[in-house]
Amino acid sequence: TAICQSITQLMMWYANNAKYFPPPSTAKDQFQEELVIKPLHSGDIYASFQFRTQWDTDFLLGSKVSHYRLFPKSLGQVISKFSVRELHISFTQGYWRTMQWGQPFLPSPPGAELWVWFQDTVTDVDLAWKELTNVLSGIFCASLNFIDSTNTVQPSASFKPLGVGNVTDQRFLRYAVLPREIVCTENLTPWKKLLPCGSKAGLAVLMKSEKLFHSSFHSQALHIRPVCKDWQCKSTSWELRQTLNVVFDLHTSGQGKREWSLFKMFSRTLTEACPLASSSKVYVDITDNPQLFELSPATPLVSQAVVLGDGRTYSVYDLTDHATFGQTHSLNVLLRWRAAEREMLRPLLHGERYVAGYGLQTGEIHTLVYNNHPYRAFPVLLLDTVPWYLRLYIHTLTVTSKGRDNKPSYIHYQPSKDRLQPHLLEMLIQLPPNSVTEVTVQFERALLKWTEYTPDPNHGFYVGSSVISALVPSVVAMDTNNTQERPLFSSFFPCKEESTYFMRIYTEPLLVNLPTPDFSMPYNVICLTCTVVAVGYGSLYNLLTRTFQVEEPSQGLAKRLANIIRRLRGVPLLT
Amino acid sequence: MKLKIVFKLRYLWMFFRHRGRLAALAIAAVVIAVGVPLWWKTTETYRAWLPVAQINELAQLQLQLSVEVEVVFSKGTLTAEHQKKIPPSNTRQEEHVVDETTRLRYRYETRYRTATIMEEDALNQSTAAEADISLHMLSESPSGSVVIYVVPESSTVLPEGVSVYVGQRRTALLRAGGQMRVAVALKEVLASLETWIKQVLQVMSFSHGDITAALSDRVRPGDRSREGLADSMRAFKSSPGYEITFSLLNPDPTSHLLHWDVEAAISSYIQPLLSKMAPVANFSIDSQILYYAVLGVNPRYDPTLNAYTLNADSLSHVINPVEARLGSSAASSNPVLNFLLYVPDSRHSPLHITDHRRHTVPSNAFSSPRWGGIMVYNVNASGTELPVDVHIDMRRVMGVFLPQLRLMLGVQSAAPPPGFLIGPCGNAGLADWELDRLMWTRSVENVATATTTITSLAQLLDQIGNIVINDNIAEQVSSAVASLQLAVGQLEVGNLGLAMQYSKEAILQSERAFFDPSLLHLLYFPDDQKFAIYIPLFLPMCVPILLSLLKMASEVRQRPGQGQAKKD
Repeated sequence: TAICQSITQLMMWYANNAKYFPPPSTAKDQFQEELVIKPLHSGDIYASFQFRTQWDTDFLLGSKVSHYRLFPKSLGQVISKFSVRELHISFTQGYWRTMQWGQPFLPSPPGAELWVWFQDTVTDVDLAWKELTNVLSGIFCASLNFIDSTNTVQPSASFKPLGVGNVTDQRFLRYAVLPREIVCTENLTPWKKLLPCGSKAGLAVLMKSEKLFHSSFHSQALHIRPVCKDWQCKSTSWELRQTLNVVFDLHTSGQGKREWSLFKMFSRTLTEACPLASSSKVYVDITDNPQLFELSPATPLVSQAVVLGDGRTYSVYDLTDHATFGQTHSLNVLLRWRAAEREMLRPLLHGERYVAGYGLQTGEIHTLVYNNHPYRAFPVLLLDTVPWYLRLYIHTLTVTSKGRDNKPSYIHYQPSKDRLQPHLLEMLIQLPPNSVTEVTVQFERALLKWTEYTPDPNHGFYVGSSVISALVPSVVAMDTNNTQERPLFSSFFPCKEESTYFMRIYTEPLLVNLPTPDFSMPYNVICLTCTVVAVGYGSLYNLLTRTFQVEEPSQGLAKRLANIIRRLRGVPLLT
Repeated sequence: MKLKIVFKLRYLWMFFRHRGRLAALAIAAVVIAVGVPLWWKTTETYRAWLPVAQINELAQLQLQLSVEVEVVFSKGTLTAEHQKKIPPSNTRQEEHVVDETTRLRYRYETRYRTATIMEEDALNQSTAAEADISLHMLSESPSGSVVIYVVPESSTVLPEGVSVYVGQRRTALLRAGGQMRVAVALKEVLASLETWIKQVLQVMSFSHGDITAALSDRVRPGDRSREGLADSMRAFKSSPGYEITFSLLNPDPTSHLLHWDVEAAISSYIQPLLSKMAPVANFSIDSQILYYAVLGVNPRYDPTLNAYTLNADSLSHVINPVEARLGSSAASSNPVLNFLLYVPDSRHSPLHITDHRRHTVPSNAFSSPRWGGIMVYNVNASGTELPVDVHIDMRRVMGVFLPQLRLMLGVQSAAPPPGFLIGPCGNAGLADWELDRLMWTRSVENVATATTTITSLAQLLDQIGNIVINDNIAEQVSSAVASLQLAVGQLEVGNLGLAMQYSKEAILQSERAFFDPSLLHLLYFPDDQKFAIYIPLFLPMCVPILLSLLKMASEVRQRPGQGQAKKD
């Protein structure tokens, strides 16, 4: 029954998460920007930008004319043309190391991830999805056009809408990951262009691509969803959240000095807020201060927030206040470490994945899910999408925790179809306290057609990350009072209960070698078989067409010589 | 019996003697009869049937445009004798050969009648505009047709010195010339009318110049005037849809807080024009505000004007940096018309656009052919607390953008010939006959574009044998050809509305067929690679067959000689 209760809790969370209240406002559209800087225990620096544009409008109410002020026109057109209800897209370079860095504010898998909920008025969802991915790949200069039916799935439970609305029919959901996608400046530039102030003013001036991409982790994302207009939630408005998360490596780019500043990180300093923003703030996590580091300039503003089940304290720099910039008219936040790096608390939930086995025929996928909570068990939803060319033997699926079989309480499996659809495996697993749960499944590698191989087939084939979604027991009471204004970074995943918080983590993508033929082989085979055929045919032809005739035996050599002598002598010849 | 056996044995012996030769022949026959067709069939690319004959017919385009003209004589323009003898109708044709593949024929069907009593009443109004409105209340003429009312010379409906008044709809008032009275024969009366009617039609439906300009896709612009070329290049090419984007550029949001009521302005100024033009194309309008968008040129300070100026020479550099911010339309592939309203920041204000002679342009705006228009809107915000709230006068802005939009969409406003008076175009901003004029040129242009697309597609498919032609391509080509034929047919009978519709369909289908991705699949399949694959099989198989055939041939050639030698 405990399991059942927690399942219903997880499901209930999804059902109720619609009640998310942004701060009340008078303008029809408003823009907020925010930067959170979090010194990590490993000595790295985590910088998270969030930009939120909220617009009280309805894209879907038939009127053809649309007038944009802060909301980007290109995205508005996409929403209204394809009847999109929710759109989440992320581009990530690098893998988030949960064990060293803790939890990110917004998780994202390596590569490109896109998931879209369509309105229930859409009749041909597949067609809309196909066109949408093509349009988005144009907008973001990314290869999203490689999303097709072979890497698209419709998860039944893992990706529920994050905005208001009660449609949860998975027919209108499409989810795809491109783990191979490489993220670079050409993706950042169009992303920056969607901001009302561009990169000319406000926090976005810090986004210099040569610095942002010289980092251990870079993730840029964009989330569009309908949210409540006010706390009464009588009408909805559209929210566009653009987030950018970077982890800077202290050791490689800090020249050994344990000291950080905005200028060192971004080679820029802040001089003004975006004039269009209703709020523009920089938060620095000072929970571990003053033992760990020293912060300057000092700011009188301090904010407390419960983030990811933990109470944190932040120093706040309000950029809309001129006093923040001081006499130099610029803000350069400086951090100086005092103590050496320390061990951090192990994150409560953590996942790993790898491929086992040898040879090129079969293999085994191992997924390890860690519950580091000392005494609480909680359920997780595990979503696995595996391409069709790894043929999963689903009868070999085993889930074990603490050496014992752990039967999943819910399994949704959709088998693959060759060249049409991938495997989809969703499971609800109860994680015992302080345990490692291992999920294994065996697979066979398929042989591809020679045109289906990528240009560098020996590099291997990517399998997207597993997604682990969970309601994790919180250390401190979560803030469920939604009416008050909260910083953006703590308000993306809504919170319904004080005792738990929602968390999603992604495992590593897999790189699997497939049996790769020698690509000059077809020609060699053609040549060889043709030669064999030609030799066989040639002898047969000779045999058939040669005529054999009885030939008169020719005269012997002695007789011929005798005849020559006889001719000379004038006597009759021998016959 | 014995003889038979001997004969048979002889036959058998012959057979054995020639057995090798026969076997070689049989193998060659099998290779030719079975092998070659099998190879041909299995390596063939699928090519669906295309209506090549019809396409070739369309390549030789013979367009006929028919205009129905109704000439109505009011009281006092014809004598009673003439009224009886007046012919019911008259047809006039003009033929033009544009180039070796394109011929044009204009056919004017003129019907004559006398005015009804109600029309007489309407024509007795005090001004031409009123008369025009009340005439329109009486009857509606189909699109493409023209009604000309001939009023007596003494009529006061037309102002002094005006011979022709062109109304809002498809009617014109024509003052009967002085010579009409004295003319004896009806023939002469009609002939003198004819020259006027010709001019009226050139204004109200189409002129030869317009039509040849519309055919520019087919015809090389050799003999056309520079002026006409510039005119035709200003307007957008015909397309089934257009995206119109109004952008407000605010380079300095810290000092100016701009408000524009673009929604109301569009619905009151732009929307009426576009709904009137709905038969020509679909339009979608949106607007956006771009912050920190700057022009590509630094304006120069002019002390005499106490203002910053942008010279006409530098305007070409203005657009490029802005264009990167405008964002292409994500939702459709229709051409985009951009209208930018630029509010200069306080450091570069006021800003004026000057022409080549360094005079300021009164509208402070310019347009870029086939792209859109830019207007500079100066704001005098001085001394107050920043940012200054600015409410933009949309009436002034739309007063500039509306004529630019008309120009871009191809509504020509050529100067009327002397003696003509064009009536005010009403609240839609577009008279019916202007729409007709546009539809004539657009449907001809669509037909020209679609025929060139289809013929070049057919040519391409003909030249490159590797291209797979799927059934859906063939279907699209066939339906494009069918729509084209329908459009040409409707133009021939003077049914302008339907012709426009069919020509739009034709252009859509032909473009879809032309740009279908399935055409690209096997486009590059080089012959040398094919050769490399075939040679290892075909060379060793064919060489023995060819050699034995050659040997046999040489034997056959030698045998007659042997026979002769034996006879001897």
